Amino acid sequence: MELFVPFTLATWLIALNHEPANDRVVLLPSADGRAGAVQLSTAKGELLLAQPYAAAEASSDGKLTGSTADGASVQARYGDTLAALPARPVSFTVYYLSGSAEALTAESAGQLDALKAELLRRPVPEIVVVGHTDRVGSQADNDVLSLARAGMVRQRLLDSGVKAQSMEIAGRGERELAVDTADEVAESRNRRVEIIVR
Amino acid sequence: MNIKVIAVAVLLALPAQAEEAAGMIKTAQGKVEVVRGGQRLPAGPGFAVMQADKVQTGAASSVGITLRDNTLLSAGANSSLSLDQYAFNPTTHQGRIDASLKRGTLSVISGKIAKTSPDAVHFRTTAVTLGVRGTEFILEAHGEED
Repeated sequence: MELFVPFTLATWLIALNHEPANDRVVLLPSADGRAGAVQLSTAKGELLLAQPYAAAEASSDGKLTGSTADGASVQARYGDTLAALPARPVSFTVYYLSGSAEALTAESAGQLDALKAELLRRPVPEIVVVGHTDRVGSQADNDVLSLARAGMVRQRLLDSGVKAQSMEIAGRGERELAVDTADEVAESRNRRVEIIVR
Repeated sequence: MNIKVIAVAVLLALPAQAEEAAGMIKTAQGKVEVVRGGQRLPAGPGFAVMQADKVQTGAASSVGITLRDNTLLSAGANSSLSLDQYAFNPTTHQGRIDASLKRGTLSVISGKIAKTSPDAVHFRTTAVTLGVRGTEFILEAHGEED
C-alpha cells in the first residue's frame, strides 16, 4: 500500500507538467531611463505594457492576464538568461574641422587608448564606424561626406593597429544631429564620427 | 535599356544582400546550435547569425547575440529562437525584425530599428505577438517541440 503513494504522487506531478503553461512577458526598466513599451496581441485581445516590471501571461488559447513583477522575482526566474546578454555597445566620438573629411580636432586624438582597452574587455569585438555631418550642404552630399569621414577613421584605426572581428563603416549624413540646428547651419558638434564597439 | 541594366543589377545585388549576417553570437554556454537550411551547426562566440536561422540551446545552456542594429538578445536553457526576418539599413536605421520564440526564455534590449521604425519589430510565441517600442523585456514560451 505504501508503495502506491509515491507512485500516485509522481503520476500527478507529471500530469501537472503536461498542463499547457502560459507564455509570459515582463517589461524591464530601461537602462537609458526612457519609457519603452510592448504591445501584446493574441487571438483574443490586446494589452499594452508600458511601466517597468509590468507583466502578462498569455494562455495557449490567447487569454491575456496582466500582473506586476519585481526585480527579485525576475532575477530568480530569468537570472541565467539575463546573464547571457552581450555587453551593451559603447561609442567613442571624434570631431572634425568644418567641411573636412581629414582634419580632426586636437582632443579627439587621445581616445585611441580607451578604445583599445574596450576591445580587450569584449569577446569577439566588432567595430562600426559611423560618420555624421552638420546641415551645411545637401542630404545627398552629406551622406557621401559622412561615409568618407567614417572611411578615414577606419583607416586610421587600422593604421594604429586596432584589431577587431570586423570593422564596418556607415554614413548617417545629417540624420542624427548631436545638436539640433536649422538647415545650412555650420555646427562643429555635429561634424563627428562615432566609433561603436560591440 | 538603362532600366534593364538597373533591373539586372538589382537582381544580382539581392542575393548578396540576403547573405549579409544579421548578427553575431557573443556569449555561449553549454550546448548552442544553429539550424540553417536543414543543417544543425554547433555555434559559439564569433558565429555569424543569418536571417532565417534558428538558434537552439540545450539544458543548462545559454546564448547571447548582438544584431547589426545593436539589438541585444539572450536565450536561456532549452530555448528555440527563430530569426524569421531581419533587415537593417545602417544609413537610415530603417529595417525589420521578426523573431519567434518557440520555447524557453528570451531577454531583449531593443536597438536602432525599434527606435526608428517602432512598428517594424515583432517577437512572437505561439500564443502572443509583441510589438516592441524601444525597450527591454523578457519573454517566456511553452510551445510544442518542433
